[in-house]
Amino acid sequence: MAKFTLNGKPVEAPEGTLVLEAAKKAGVEIPHYCYHPALGNPGNCRLCVVEVEGAPKPMVSCRLPVKDGLVVKSDSEAARRAQSASLEFHLVNHPLDCPVCDQSGECGLQDYYMKIGRYQSQVREDKLHKGKRMPIGPHVMLDQERCVLCTRCTRFVDQVTGTRELGIFGRGHMERVDLIPGMALDNAYSGNVVDICPVGALTERDFRYKVRVWYLEETDTICPGCARGCNISLHTNTQRTWHNEGRRAARIKPRHNPEVNGYWICDEGRYGYKSLDQDRLGRVIRLKPRQELSWERALDEVAAALKNGFKAKGPEGLAVIASGAFSNEDWAAMKRLFCDVLGVRRFLFSPEPDQVGEEDGLLRRREKVPNLKGGEAFGFGTEIPSKSWESLAREIEAGLVWGLYIVDRDAAKVWKDKAAGLFSRLDLAVFQGSCKGKTGDLTHYRLPATAYAEEDGHFTNFEGKTQFYRKALEPLGQARTDWRIFSELGERLTQSAPLEAAP
Amino acid sequence: MECLGACDYAPALLVNETLVGAASQESIAASLGQGDIPDFRSRRDPVAQGYETTRILTRHFNEERLAELPVYRSLGGYQGLEKALSLSRIELIEEVKKSNLRGLGGAGFPTGMKWATVPADGKVPGPRYVVANADESEPGCFKDRVLIERSPHQLLEGLLIAAYAIGAKDAFVFIRGEYGIQYRVLRKAVAEAEKAGLVGGNILGKEFSCRVRIMRGAGAYISGLDTALLESMEGKKAWPRQPPPFPTVAGLMGRPTVVNNVETLSMLPAIAFNGGEWFAKIGVPKCGGTAVYSVSGHVERPGVYEFPMGAPLRRILEAAGGVRDGKKLKAVIPGGASTPVLSSHEIDVSMDFEGLRGVGSFLGAGGVIVLDETVNMAEVAHNIERFLAHESCGQCTPCREGSEWTVRILERILAGRGVGGDLPNLQRIGENITGKVICALGDTVGVVTRGFMKKFPKDFERHG
Repeated sequence: MAKFTLNGKPVEAPEGTLVLEAAKKAGVEIPHYCYHPALGNPGNCRLCVVEVEGAPKPMVSCRLPVKDGLVVKSDSEAARRAQSASLEFHLVNHPLDCPVCDQSGECGLQDYYMKIGRYQSQVREDKLHKGKRMPIGPHVMLDQERCVLCTRCTRFVDQVTGTRELGIFGRGHMERVDLIPGMALDNAYSGNVVDICPVGALTERDFRYKVRVWYLEETDTICPGCARGCNISLHTNTQRTWHNEGRRAARIKPRHNPEVNGYWICDEGRYGYKSLDQDRLGRVIRLKPRQELSWERALDEVAAALKNGFKAKGPEGLAVIASGAFSNEDWAAMKRLFCDVLGVRRFLFSPEPDQVGEEDGLLRRREKVPNLKGGEAFGFGTEIPSKSWESLAREIEAGLVWGLYIVDRDAAKVWKDKAAGLFSRLDLAVFQGSCKGKTGDLTHYRLPATAYAEEDGHFTNFEGKTQFYRKALEPLGQARTDWRIFSELGERLTQSAPLEAAP
Repeated sequence: MECLGACDYAPALLVNETLVGAASQESIAASLGQGDIPDFRSRRDPVAQGYETTRILTRHFNEERLAELPVYRSLGGYQGLEKALSLSRIELIEEVKKSNLRGLGGAGFPTGMKWATVPADGKVPGPRYVVANADESEPGCFKDRVLIERSPHQLLEGLLIAAYAIGAKDAFVFIRGEYGIQYRVLRKAVAEAEKAGLVGGNILGKEFSCRVRIMRGAGAYISGLDTALLESMEGKKAWPRQPPPFPTVAGLMGRPTVVNNVETLSMLPAIAFNGGEWFAKIGVPKCGGTAVYSVSGHVERPGVYEFPMGAPLRRILEAAGGVRDGKKLKAVIPGGASTPVLSSHEIDVSMDFEGLRGVGSFLGAGGVIVLDETVNMAEVAHNIERFLAHESCGQCTPCREGSEWTVRILERILAGRGVGGDLPNLQRIGENITGKVICALGDTVGVVTRGFMKKFPKDFERHG
């Protein structure tokens, strides 16, 4: 450990830690743009200059390692003046289009101007003009004029994705960030460049102008897009429903967790929030004959149908298809209902064929559902084997199955043309889920379940890390959590008290 | 198009790779029309003849065909290398330390000390490199161009001596793209030396092997800065690296690398042959030997002049024939466009690193620019700042934005649209750049205009 002095106070940090980092840990924010803990410290923005005792000139704190006896001042008159001077240079040619820049509210130039700037502008010259509103990939828009050339984005595509779509072209004041000729910023992690851009130069095409950031509420939660369980922050907009094209969720931002996802998330996860408002089930419906039901009535009917089936054909003929998007709480309730109460043997947890995604060495996993691992802890997929989609279809065709309970999996999509024929052979088919899919139209009952953003729960990721995800939105329509549906159904089947208290 | 390194033939232009000196409307028209391009080398470089001075690098410059190996060898060439190879590396580095040889590319760092910071082979095993920095490109500096052109083997010999001293098996010459003729001269010299067993395996029959390769730059002032040069050699944009680590520890491809200027390396054969003490005695304390000055501007005989370190600037100007056309001297920029200007009464300064620092300027790369009484210093400042803004690599903000801002204010002042507060603002911008940037170019941006404003305030005010 090195003992040094920061703004007159003694601070301890491991030898070699950058002063900028050590200061941050000690609660002292030194302004900076180019330094990013995951992308290094090129020291080119020159904002993090500090006064160092004995040094002839100000030093950049992102390149200065702490050592014993170092005396640093980040808030002295000289340090403030140096920081303010650097900021002034950043702003010489920065266009004043703040009212339309969608970084508003999250712009490092604005923030630092209020903290260390507040000078009278001496710029009497015209601003230089560079490219504006340039779509550089499916998700990202570039505004070269606003760029402060911190090089975080070019370092990201160089060091993190290795795809190198972006480069710095030209030199001096004509320097600009741009695409390498013939390329587009279309890698699987492209959205991250927007997060790391400290100003409004890189914006999300998806999010631009949809809603001002200060209207958003943030909820720390977990991405359900694959078995990684990236830590995210879900930004929702429920106060001004006329913004954001009526969508409740506005965007997803990665949340730093060094043990799971570092600073990043993939684009698939980032834009996955759109499913929260798409194709959702809102009402409890019996389809044959079609009628909207109350939860009580629907559960009574389903329980009665299950009991009848048991009486007539036994538990062997009941099959359950369940998704890996269950929380650990859902898995537990499901085990109680289907294994302990009903003694079901036929289970299917295999992903749908198109739920097998691409895997790379960075974050994305082949497994596109978040919590098969959590199910394994309850024996699903291990002690309780999973059938294949094909063999279950054959068993239904052979008349071995009278009832099918499907949770969150679009069986009809997998079985395609065969689906209608298969469902017609069943005495009872129940669909429980958040999105209707093709299956939602073929079953006898449709029970709306909450999406991940509408419930609290735990996912266990592929490495066995169990993480808490939080409710960010009220459930849509009559949707209930899977575990609550299971336990209330179980209550009806056993005629006993509910297995869990209702939330 | 960058600086051509040909102020001695100004106005100069490059037609394809041929330099046309003393260009006039007629010669430009002729060169464009007929393809019969006059060779600028028909003019001979004046090299301080008949002056009581010790010449080291330029002493054989009047020999015909000095660039050819047999001629160079007949004049004692490669005997320095032979002598160096008879010493141990440590002994050789000691000799260079004793010589007080300073880096003559501009920074003036003691060469022996630089070599000594290369980690020992036992400490960091594996390859290490030597690079000859032939990326001279500061307005007013052209001595490296002449040294390569006239005596390429002298550079090559020095390069091999440096390679031996630090244990490098690969040596490079990084030469700027604009130096087309010089590139070919050098390439021919390397081929000759290879054939004669002076480059390659077991040089001069000794247990020392070294390859030499020449790399051409793409034309950027900043590539002359050692760390930016290394980036360029690695195939990247020439952005300076911010030490530490210094190149001698982690340079080309992360390996220990010594980057020395052409003139510095060219001094080595003589030092190796005559010994460090001999060299040290020629100069002044802390600055050994001689320096080759490029003299240009309003003088009678622009060209390269070799003088012992510490010679007064006045003597150099006299050697170049004094101010041309009988005009009065107004100012001298002593070390190349980026060094702070001296007024006419400061020319008794001792021309060496310490001497010039004493009057608030630098020796730089020894590019002496002479300005007569007709010159408006605001225009000169604008010209130099425009060059620096154009050449700013853009990596760090104060230089990228501050240089262009400075230019635009100067432009406005020169156009008669100056407003109150412009001069203090220029001063303030300069102060805010200097000392807050990654490399020397940025520092220079802040220094130049302030120097001119301080010494010639009237030239600025009369436009205001």
